[in-house]
Amino acid sequence: MIAFKLAIRNLLGAGLRTFLIVFVLSVAYFLIIFMNGLYQGWDKQARIDMTAWEVGEGQYWQEDFDPYDPVTLNDAHAVIPEQFAENSEQGKTAAILYTQATIYPEGRMQGILLKGINVNQKVLAIPSDQLVPENDEIPALIGSRFAKNANLNVDDLVLIRWRDVNGTFDATEIRIAAIFSTTVPAVDAGQVWIRLDQMQKLTGMPGEATMIVKGADSELPMEVTGWVFKDHKFLFAELEAMIQMKSVGGSVFYGIMLALALLAVFDAQVLSIFRRQREIGTYISMGMTRRQVVGLFTVEGTMHAIFALIFAAIYGVPVLLYVENTGIGMPEGTDDFGMAAAERMWPYFSAALIVGSIVIVMIATTVVSYLPSRKIAKMNPNDAIRGKIQ
Amino acid sequence: MKNGTIVTIDNLIKRFPIGGGEFTALNGISLSFEKGEFCGIVGPSGSGKTTMLNIIGSLDSPSEGQTDVLGTPSSRLNPKVAALLRKKHIGFIFQTYNLMNVYTVYENVEFPLLLLRKPASERKKAVLDALEWVGLTDKIKSKPPQLSGGESQRVAIARAMVKRPDLVLADEPTANLDAENSHHILRTMETLNKELQTTFIFATHDDKVIKYLRRIIKLEDGKVVGDDIVKK
Repeated sequence: MIAFKLAIRNLLGAGLRTFLIVFVLSVAYFLIIFMNGLYQGWDKQARIDMTAWEVGEGQYWQEDFDPYDPVTLNDAHAVIPEQFAENSEQGKTAAILYTQATIYPEGRMQGILLKGINVNQKVLAIPSDQLVPENDEIPALIGSRFAKNANLNVDDLVLIRWRDVNGTFDATEIRIAAIFSTTVPAVDAGQVWIRLDQMQKLTGMPGEATMIVKGADSELPMEVTGWVFKDHKFLFAELEAMIQMKSVGGSVFYGIMLALALLAVFDAQVLSIFRRQREIGTYISMGMTRRQVVGLFTVEGTMHAIFALIFAAIYGVPVLLYVENTGIGMPEGTDDFGMAAAERMWPYFSAALIVGSIVIVMIATTVVSYLPSRKIAKMNPNDAIRGKIQ
Repeated sequence: MKNGTIVTIDNLIKRFPIGGGEFTALNGISLSFEKGEFCGIVGPSGSGKTTMLNIIGSLDSPSEGQTDVLGTPSSRLNPKVAALLRKKHIGFIFQTYNLMNVYTVYENVEFPLLLLRKPASERKKAVLDALEWVGLTDKIKSKPPQLSGGESQRVAIARAMVKRPDLVLADEPTANLDAENSHHILRTMETLNKELQTTFIFATHDDKVIKYLRRIIKLEDGKVVGDDIVKK
């Protein structure tokens, strides 16, 4: 306790030197929490959006389906099993049939994924209920990114070409019934959504699907012959890997900040011990053991981290709260990330993140404060009292 | 140890390694100091005065021989015991004052009491008493860089005396002071010695100090060459 009291006195007495170190350390605190909060917020938001728009509560894939191998799409379809029938009728599952196709907006040719989805589904946020045909037309939904890329608007008629189950090319016009806005590129970029029944008819695959998306209130068996269930762990693996990768990149940045701050603490400690030898000798002459003096200097160094925490809280808490509430606008280029990234990103600062960051900075500061302080244990107090350089 | 004897030194030898060999700073010193003495170890530079003061103050240990300071023999003097001895019973006054520049006068004087974990009210009274002894009650909020040399040394005296130690060791306390300030602080120490019965041992070669001493131990080349009681 006395070491804390003395350390506070010494640090306050040191004035500007203390402030500069505290400032740099506080920036390190702020950046670590801010950057990690950004990634955590992104992760949380991406999971919510992906669950709402793409993965539901898990997906059943037709056993030949491989999203990374477009060639498999020709064979990745099968009749929707009996087990799904009841849930499908009640909209508790979303049945999706995939095929490769080509679209010709303004005469240009563009490869797309044509997807059929049951219109009564309540699992995904895709507005499938807007796929209401007028006459014999084929209504279609597209995402805003794709609409922008292909220069398509609502009620535009556009030609698509596809191959049916026998490999025969066919073509027809579709009408853009609605354009939806989503943060999930996997349901937007290069995707055209039509009614499942129409899709089955176009491809000659009656009653078939490539994938069944499970809803929250659906009760389905885990194992269905010919279909493979993919849970959240599997479906979010890519997202996690990407956030992990970006998080590592970010940690290099704040690692450098922390290293600079710790270097300042280390430097201050070395300088302090060099310049305050007379003081160290005086402490010993007044009855402190060398270990106590080592402890005092270590506590002094560590107190920088405590002061920095308080200082960082003064300017950091309002900033972080503001950012958490208003979010951060993302540049247009984030569309190209290939993963869910909203136009605004809301950081999420969990208690674990804040406590973890504080503990990391505290431990690191204590270590770099202790290392130079060990020199005191080797000092000759008689020389120290006279300020002889040791 | 006789009743009233607070320091006994028996055949003390202190050697320091120098280069490949050794330098004998103190060579077969035997002395004793009584409670309430106001004495000085006098001699030219390099005679071993400071070394002897450091050994008495348990900042250093003898190479050979025995010391007994306030009932603690040098054979039992591990770092913890030595620190405890200094903390409770010994006050130091240095030539260069050795005040903490970031502390106020009050905080500097309070420091030994913090180490002794005295309660705040007791600390306050003791600090104000000590500052009154040295006549610096008007400077309690000043910091050492704002003080003159004489004032700084008076703060150092207050700091040494605040815990009412049995023994005060003063190493060339007037070396950085002019005559007027030297006399001022010596009179202060003399008064404290008489009023509180604190033993003062000086290491000095300053004639101004020597005039105040009641016992003068002359040291030359690490040996005692004289030990005289001064009749006043």
